Amino acid sequence: MPTQLRETDVVIVGLGAAGGVAAYPLAEAGLNVVGLEAGTWLDQRDFAPDEIRNNYRDWPMLVKKAERERPTSRATSADTASQIGSHPMMNAVGGTTLHYWAQSWRLNPWDFRMVTETTRRYGASRIPAGSTVEDWPLGYDELEPYYDRVEREVGISGQAGNVRGDIDPRGNRFEGPRQRGFPMPPLRWTAFNDRMADAARSLGWSPFPGPAAVNSEAYDNRPECGYHGFCSKGGCPLNAKNATHITTIPRAVDTGNLKVVTRAHVTTLEVGSDGRVIGVNYLVGSNQYFQPAKVVLIASYTYENVRLLLLSKSRAYPDGLSNNHGQVGLHYFSHHTSGSVQALFPYDTKAWYGLPAQGVAVDDWADDNFDHTDLDFIGGGNLWVMSDRRPISAASMNTYGRSRNWGSAWKRFIHEHSDRSHGSYIQKTTLPYEDNYLDLDPQVTDPLGLPVIRITGQFKDNERAIAAFMQDKMEEWYREAGAVEVNRGGLGNTMGASTHAYGGTRMGDDAETNVVDRWGFSHEAPNLGVLGASVMGTSGARNPTLTSQALSWRTAAHLVDSWTDIAQ
Amino acid sequence: MTDSKGPRPAISRRDLLRTAGAAGAAALIPDAVGGVTKESPATSARAAAGTERAGGLLPSDTAPLLAGPLTNLTARETEILSAMVDRLIPTDELGPGALDAGVLQYIDRALSEAESNAADAYRSGLAALDTYSRYTRGRPFIDLSTIDQDSVLIDVQLGAATGAGVGFVGSSGSFFNMVKSHTWQGMFGDPKYGGNVDFAGWDLIDYPGVRLGVSPEDQQRLEADQLDPVRRSAYDFGLFE
Repeated sequence: MPTQLRETDVVIVGLGAAGGVAAYPLAEAGLNVVGLEAGTWLDQRDFAPDEIRNNYRDWPMLVKKAERERPTSRATSADTASQIGSHPMMNAVGGTTLHYWAQSWRLNPWDFRMVTETTRRYGASRIPAGSTVEDWPLGYDELEPYYDRVEREVGISGQAGNVRGDIDPRGNRFEGPRQRGFPMPPLRWTAFNDRMADAARSLGWSPFPGPAAVNSEAYDNRPECGYHGFCSKGGCPLNAKNATHITTIPRAVDTGNLKVVTRAHVTTLEVGSDGRVIGVNYLVGSNQYFQPAKVVLIASYTYENVRLLLLSKSRAYPDGLSNNHGQVGLHYFSHHTSGSVQALFPYDTKAWYGLPAQGVAVDDWADDNFDHTDLDFIGGGNLWVMSDRRPISAASMNTYGRSRNWGSAWKRFIHEHSDRSHGSYIQKTTLPYEDNYLDLDPQVTDPLGLPVIRITGQFKDNERAIAAFMQDKMEEWYREAGAVEVNRGGLGNTMGASTHAYGGTRMGDDAETNVVDRWGFSHEAPNLGVLGASVMGTSGARNPTLTSQALSWRTAAHLVDSWTDIAQ
Repeated sequence: MTDSKGPRPAISRRDLLRTAGAAGAAALIPDAVGGVTKESPATSARAAAGTERAGGLLPSDTAPLLAGPLTNLTARETEILSAMVDRLIPTDELGPGALDAGVLQYIDRALSEAESNAADAYRSGLAALDTYSRYTRGRPFIDLSTIDQDSVLIDVQLGAATGAGVGFVGSSGSFFNMVKSHTWQGMFGDPKYGGNVDFAGWDLIDYPGVRLGVSPEDQQRLEADQLDPVRRSAYDFGLFE
């Protein structure tokens, strides 16, 4: 029998990017919040700049819940799914914000109104066949105050391009209007970044520094970035990367209203006879607990959010919690980032000391920033040239056909070229389709015997057409900067697991096609909220974290404002 | 069950600076103490010992480089693995190779720790490499000329050595890629794990070393080829567990 705990106002399942933000406005408003986190506290002492530990041995996570629940993946429902090799996310207080790249973009206004805008400009026939894409139930303007708040609470560096309609050519002239600039200036550029920006300008494009949840100067009593080069899958030894375990979570703890429970492995949500959620079941080791709550917010990763709902079957919800309309797991997509382009330069890039969030962005070919009339796709991509190089990965570089990848000839090659290659990061508009979805795998289980998530997902013609188009643009840019070799990767097929996994509990006004309403609360169980990118219906061409955090703050603020209605 | 520990107090800027043994601007940790002028890699005795003969260099004698027997591989397996990693990253005019850099010790330790699941793959793969060598080149792998060793390794890398009777589990390419990946980790990873002895790997690729803070001036020096490499493990900072 589980130990029955005292009822609390709100339980948040998962204290990562999303839950770690939402906890703060709730606790600040005086609600009693219990944060159940599968991982543990980690800090600077755990964040050695050690490539073997971070990038090859999967980091010092003390708890590997996500790893034990790795999804299976397949391209289509005709294929057999196989379990992915490793989970891209981690468990800890702060979640994957501990080791993420920290690129912190706002979506473009177009991303919220893709259907309306595409129909208006090009006609309804341009919505790709089979796509289930909808306009968001809210527009950019409605989310802007929360973007602004999170940029300050978390701490984002960047260069504004549009402040209340005034365009600043140093920033992104395509961004939606912001009420004010970033709280910190952008991260510095290297000489190679400057060179790439010059090349973009000579092509007539508009390069700008990208936004980052990394301190470009001392902020919030923590130091500026050390540019040490181990940021990708590495925690920050200086506390200059603004993960939620050093920003919003400790602020929430300081109110005295957030109780953090670590190593808490949530298994199911409990439902009463009236269809309302009454609390959550969790394990700490082999000890079982039941935490009653007036309101439950699930804030684990997309795969785990969907899995928790599907595993929580009850009389009121026989097919899983909040799934009486059969929408849980649908409208899934992972961000299309394949279709890579790599280049070899005849000069050193001096990229040893940098981070993936430091770099040059070009948005001229993103979203609907260019005319698609004569193109065979909608949307586009963000071109991103970053500084990120570590010794083992540098020595493992593509040899561009100039030598074998081992032996004495390779030693000569690598001695000369280890700092001369660059791989771009191109995030592309990715749409939901009727045959891409998440469900429970019929065969594979975790060590508790509970089924893992099965991903069925394939990039379609629209995504592949964008990828080919963006590869042309990226190659043009590299050549302009003097690249002597350019390689292209494949255009993408199976979606697989991703750190940018969207949908499965989509947000929308129509309960027939969406799991949560415009505030992030279930259409079916009114005191259940969902946080994270699982509520997002479009991806845009940029990292999801800031949008997910702004939505989380908004859901929390709505809960505070409507406490009596939601908590009854 | 509540984690009463909570977030530990942050390491103060003063602690960081004290540990790093230097003061610097803007909370960055300069590498002043660790700045060591890069020396040109010493030509190892092994490289000098290589002798010419028809068909290429004789494989170098690896025995003197072994600090001691490996715990996870037999003497025979160790000989084959030595010969293989010596071809992957040979000692040559550009400096130390995988054996000099302690790659065998790296792999041996890894097989005791993080890569313990790979021990069987090493055993079966090394035996299969030798079997393939005998079948197709008429001699054990360690007795082939370097040219023949390379041609065997190319077959193994491409998956062409896969087949009944040879003994690779799955594709021979999987075995090759595993050993190559571990060899690169041992050559270019942090010296804490037993490899990258004398920073041989980092010198080969001109990696300027682990720093916690790189100031704008450091970056400018790097871009002007005037930044001296630091030679230390991440764990020499005394900050990390």
